[in-house]
Amino acid sequence: MPLYLTDDQAMLQETARSFMAEEGAIAKQLRHWRDRNCKDGFGHGLWKQFAELGFNGILVDEADGGLGLGHVEAGIVLEEIGRNLTPSPFLVSAVAFVEALKGTAARERWYPGIIAGDTVAALALDEGAKHRPDAIEMRAERSGNGFSLSGRKQFVVQGASADVTLVAAQTDEGLTLFAVEKDALGLDVEGVRLADSSIGARLTFADVQVDADAVIGEVGGGAEILDRALNAGRTGAAAELVGVGAASMDMTVDYLKQRKQFGRLIGEFQALQFRAAHLYSELEIARAATLKAQQLLDEGSPDAEAMVSVAKAKAGRTSQLAVQEGVQMHGGIGMTDEYDIGLYMKRDRVLNELFGDPSYHADKLARMKGY
Amino acid sequence: MTDLESFRSETRAWLEANCPPEMREPMRDEGDACWGGRNPTFSSPAQKQWMDAMAARGWTVPDWPADYGGGGLGPAETKIVRQEMARINARNPLYSFGISMLGPALLKYGTEAQKLHYLPQIARGEIRWCQGYSEPGAGSDLASLQTKCEDKGDHWLVNGQKVWTSYADKADWIFCLVRTDPAAPKHHGISFLLFDMASPGVSTKPILLISGYSPFCETFFDDVQVPKDQLVGTLNKGWDVAKYLLGHEREMISGMGLGGQGGALGEALSEVLADDPVLRADVARFDVDQLAFRAMSEKFIDELKVGKAHSAQPSMMKYAGTELNKARHELVMAAGGSDALEWESEQSRNGKAAREWLRTKANSIEGGTSEIQLGIVAKRILELPGA
Repeated sequence: MPLYLTDDQAMLQETARSFMAEEGAIAKQLRHWRDRNCKDGFGHGLWKQFAELGFNGILVDEADGGLGLGHVEAGIVLEEIGRNLTPSPFLVSAVAFVEALKGTAARERWYPGIIAGDTVAALALDEGAKHRPDAIEMRAERSGNGFSLSGRKQFVVQGASADVTLVAAQTDEGLTLFAVEKDALGLDVEGVRLADSSIGARLTFADVQVDADAVIGEVGGGAEILDRALNAGRTGAAAELVGVGAASMDMTVDYLKQRKQFGRLIGEFQALQFRAAHLYSELEIARAATLKAQQLLDEGSPDAEAMVSVAKAKAGRTSQLAVQEGVQMHGGIGMTDEYDIGLYMKRDRVLNELFGDPSYHADKLARMKGY
Repeated sequence: MTDLESFRSETRAWLEANCPPEMREPMRDEGDACWGGRNPTFSSPAQKQWMDAMAARGWTVPDWPADYGGGGLGPAETKIVRQEMARINARNPLYSFGISMLGPALLKYGTEAQKLHYLPQIARGEIRWCQGYSEPGAGSDLASLQTKCEDKGDHWLVNGQKVWTSYADKADWIFCLVRTDPAAPKHHGISFLLFDMASPGVSTKPILLISGYSPFCETFFDDVQVPKDQLVGTLNKGWDVAKYLLGHEREMISGMGLGGQGGALGEALSEVLADDPVLRADVARFDVDQLAFRAMSEKFIDELKVGKAHSAQPSMMKYAGTELNKARHELVMAAGGSDALEWESEQSRNGKAAREWLRTKANSIEGGTSEIQLGIVAKRILELPGA
């Protein structure tokens, strides 16, 4: 595959770009819900609109009612989400959760609602402040014809609004994934507003009973499914980060062409030009790495996982650079809530942490490469 | 099987039969690079055999038209040839500024007679070219060059001096920027001239560098007579040719940052890194950058082939690729410790690590400094004012 979008993909990009700039705009979504102190942090109406455009079924096979497309297409939507800071369950529900359920019996239960924009799904993985999916300690003990879950999870994005949450826990057979419904007895959900005004959740499981059919895939077969879901989620997060970084850069470069000091446009100053050009270069590289990871995942390549870590780390570091340069080059107004650039800085921070930060992925890459 | 699949299997079989095993080993040093020329030096018979076999098939320049000595292949087939060569770690059969720099400029700006004369010689490695661009007073500000070229009716007369001329002492011909109209604004009085380095009045003097090598020369022109038909493009419009060629030069130099084939840097350094967590972290971050840049290179080449790349994108590639290459060699030196400091010893293969490290410092200077590239990106891509 050449590393650029096909004609069909370019068309999808146009659709997603104009839709998100219009319906997903910061004033219409992010600020709107934030300023109303919305408990979900996003609009269910927009989630339905996503469904009408077919976005929610991008990664679902046609036989299961989806579009049967791939990670490149999901990434196209996510880059536009990133550009507009559009709050939605798309990344966790329609990308990571959908990917986890691929080929499992659970998909029949949950895909239709996600495709229709009626269902929100979340992932409960992290147990501490950092992403450590190899060190999950939460237990699921055999009980009756199912399991009893006890433990804590945090940073469950959309966890406060989720109809169903994928929960990773240890059984005697090894890591196992469960689909836990929102009204499960013994499940306490504490919604927490995060820095970017999205809602995460802390979940406490006190002897939560689930049936055997809540198991996603096989008992003890959770690690492989989780890898698949995380590859999708990380690549998706990388695409969203590219969008966050690109919009921050565009906004900043525009500002350099408008703001005058010392009788000149500040964009004439070489000190700022070089930094802007360096940022452009980094963003191009991050976008290429992300597209490469998406294509390798779509091809089912054994090289995909290493490239996913490269993409998540590179996109994360680059977006970080973009928002930091953005706030700095905007000067005082960059510090105000009224200007959007600060909102990008907050979103960048959350996305960088989600599914592993750049240090986590640089380390993971090193281990995969044998050092 | 599709046409491309059968082309791939034919290519694979031909390479298998024609690429000598020695030419699939990594190069030991610069001496293993084959440059061709009127008086070529080959480090082994296999090197000559490999260059001749590839040249006969037109595959030293697979995408040039067959009439000009190329393979006449389209973008997809050219990519397959490169992929199949990489698959068996085949060495580049011919290093050539004629291929990477002059050829593309001649294809775009040369007359039919010039193309038919010069391009096949380049493709076959018969003439080794050097580039006469920089002058003592014209470095980053290249367009201020002063080498004088006067119209003497039946010939051009060239007087002046070039500097940083790569391998001028080994080259057969030079492509050279000269001032043909001293009265015009600096970008408008330049022409692009080709001439034989054996012409009376041409002399070269190698420059000793911090690496201990002398890849560059000072080149002097003292009343050099050049035939009239050796001017490329329009008189006084040589700057257009020069800029076009620089784009190709930047592509070539940015390619050096790929670290070529091979895997992550940390793989090669794993023993040292096991005891040095801080250096390991630095190398891991470098590998993220390196592998991401490799994807960028692939994307850039793919986009270039179908005309999707921004015309100033080579500047971005050159900037990022050369900075990365410098970072790589800083890490290699750090991991090498005192072993890597040895300058003249058997164990260090005559200071290979240290000399290569120093060589990379020129990457972000030659072909336009990093700062020049950033300025071009700021002006032409970001469209920032007054840049």
